[in-house]
Amino acid sequence: MFSWFYIEGILILVGVNLMVVLGLSLLTGFTGLFSFGHAGFMAIGAYVSAICTLHYHMPFLVAMVLGAVVAMIMSFLIGYFTLGLKGDYFCIATLGFGESVRLIFDNLDFFGGARGLSSIPMVTTFEMVLVICFLAVVAMVLLIHSRHGRNMIAIREEELASQAIGINVFRYKMISFAISAAYAAIGGALYAHYLGYLQPLMFQLTKSTELTIMVIFGGLGSIGGSVIGAFFLTFIPELFRAFASWRLVFYGAAVILVMITRPQGLMGGMELTDVAKWAKRKLSGGKGKKGKKNEPPVLQEEGESA
Amino acid sequence: MKKLLSVLLVLILVFSMAACGSSGEEGAAEETGSDVIKVGWIGALTGDQAPWGTCESQALQMYIDQQNEAGGVLGKKLELVKYDTKGDANESVNAVKRLIANDKVCAILGPNASAAAIAIKGALNEGKVPDIATVATNPAITVNTDGSVNAFNFRVCFTDPYQGAVAGGYAADELGAKTAAVLYDVASDYSQGFTQFFVETFEAKGGKVVAQEGFKSGDTDFRPQLTKIKEADPDVILMPYFYKEVALSANQARDLGIDAILMGGDGWPSDTLFEMAGDAINGSYVVNHFDYNDPAASEVTAAYTEEYGTAPEINAYMVHDAFQVLIAAIEKAGSADSEAIAAALTQVEVAGVTGTIKLGEDTHDPVGKEAAIQQIVPSDSAADGYEYKFVMRYTPEN
Repeated sequence: MFSWFYIEGILILVGVNLMVVLGLSLLTGFTGLFSFGHAGFMAIGAYVSAICTLHYHMPFLVAMVLGAVVAMIMSFLIGYFTLGLKGDYFCIATLGFGESVRLIFDNLDFFGGARGLSSIPMVTTFEMVLVICFLAVVAMVLLIHSRHGRNMIAIREEELASQAIGINVFRYKMISFAISAAYAAIGGALYAHYLGYLQPLMFQLTKSTELTIMVIFGGLGSIGGSVIGAFFLTFIPELFRAFASWRLVFYGAAVILVMITRPQGLMGGMELTDVAKWAKRKLSGGKGKKGKKNEPPVLQEEGESA
Repeated sequence: MKKLLSVLLVLILVFSMAACGSSGEEGAAEETGSDVIKVGWIGALTGDQAPWGTCESQALQMYIDQQNEAGGVLGKKLELVKYDTKGDANESVNAVKRLIANDKVCAILGPNASAAAIAIKGALNEGKVPDIATVATNPAITVNTDGSVNAFNFRVCFTDPYQGAVAGGYAADELGAKTAAVLYDVASDYSQGFTQFFVETFEAKGGKVVAQEGFKSGDTDFRPQLTKIKEADPDVILMPYFYKEVALSANQARDLGIDAILMGGDGWPSDTLFEMAGDAINGSYVVNHFDYNDPAASEVTAAYTEEYGTAPEINAYMVHDAFQVLIAAIEKAGSADSEAIAAALTQVEVAGVTGTIKLGEDTHDPVGKEAAIQQIVPSDSAADGYEYKFVMRYTPEN
């Protein structure tokens, strides 16, 4: 099979994408806000952390946290003015934000300009990505299952109703946006210190779109789905590398196939634990009729909530 | 629901089997492959840089076939393994890692994009495999910001700064210009580097840059910037960007009554430039990597056109020289060991189609490579009425 040297690199990229996708999943899948500007937050995290390690010789973890903090501050600024917008309008605003961040980096010599920022210390290791991603998933699961997470889900399901029962909709949207920005920035910081080189072109609109596709491919409203989405869509183009120009056709075909057969995404509304329960019931249910009877409604119910 | 899940599972199975299948073949080739030297290539076969990448990979395949027919290298046949990068930096890193670890190539040629060439540095250093970039002109590819040289990154083209210095030096020395203006693309690394070194060289030679105006790629109206340039009344206007904007800005400059000499770089030459801006750029000077009418270059043009039915892009010539340097280095090293090849790359000197190539030990860039200065002149024979006339080979030190 493939050697570790090669696989490791892809797994690091999976981790990087996973971080951003998790953040986006909270915003899109659990709070119901679509963003096409997350490459912008990724860029902020990447550039801020890279400048910190490159020019100010800070330890990587400190730089990464700083990157996340700056991204959060930016998200508060942007969110304050745009989170009042409904539906598609917010989406357009984030799109504009993502592009303007890229153009600002393009024109600031301090950040390397369009030539890019090179000689960034390459300190991202596989172990580090693994630990950070694990912590990030755990934190996200805890958040979703907390009162705050349930408030966000309520906003996704019915904004007016949740406002009526006393949830501060604006505030929770803001929190969701900020956390999601911080996740994206951490992903960006890992990315910068894996590649050792940054160029504003890396954070174009296509990058934001790619991330959103990962979230939807995996399934909205599912953390397990985000993990699977990031994993598959990062890996598929690599598996088919030998087919040169045909491999992106496979990528597109896989996405279309999933969208046709499972419009809610691979894991829409389900978690891995739900699948495990279902499988368990299926296995034991082969003997007893009771389990078999219960199985379709459970899936149906969960599927619709997406 | 179950049906769909099973369909998905089957698909996943097929995917992974396909992957196993291809890697299995590679494994088999490796065992019997002691008489084969593998050379890797990366570049864009998809995406907006695909025309250049496709041409480059096809040309390289042709050179390798020719070399094999002539007996290969060190008595062994060469085999090309090529991967698409979409022109994307992290795709390139993955491709390089795969070439090094799975395909066990002795050296890598390409990519033609600067960002990709810089990003693969780490993977090359880890795998200790040399890479020769073709038309990646960003200085940071071979030399770090602190001045240290990257051990496994090489290139056969000149850099953006060098191109800028050539243009600046030529304008001051040969055209006798006293004042110059620059219109440049603020969103392009190529344009920024070109501009910076044009200005430095031109001013070092006693000239004065009277206007420096920026625009962003995709802009179509350059009149505000050109009006300012017109007021400054320069002898020469440098336009260091690509043909589409060149055509628009040159036409608008002439409309505004600017009669200064226009200069450009290797972003100018294209099939459609004359058609779009023929009269406006009549008499302009272009800094290019080499001259197409050079007999050595014509040979490549003829061979490529015969093989693939279309005229080659500049990449075909650059990868020709990169390949020749690599062959010379393998022969010099006497083995296909990648570290030995890396050491030998700076020891060989090759007469390529784009000039004599000798890679410097402290820069890994070609040393003293002359640029070709071409002038755009009316032509009776050419279909679109203009052609490039070779003026001279120029190095800014003279």
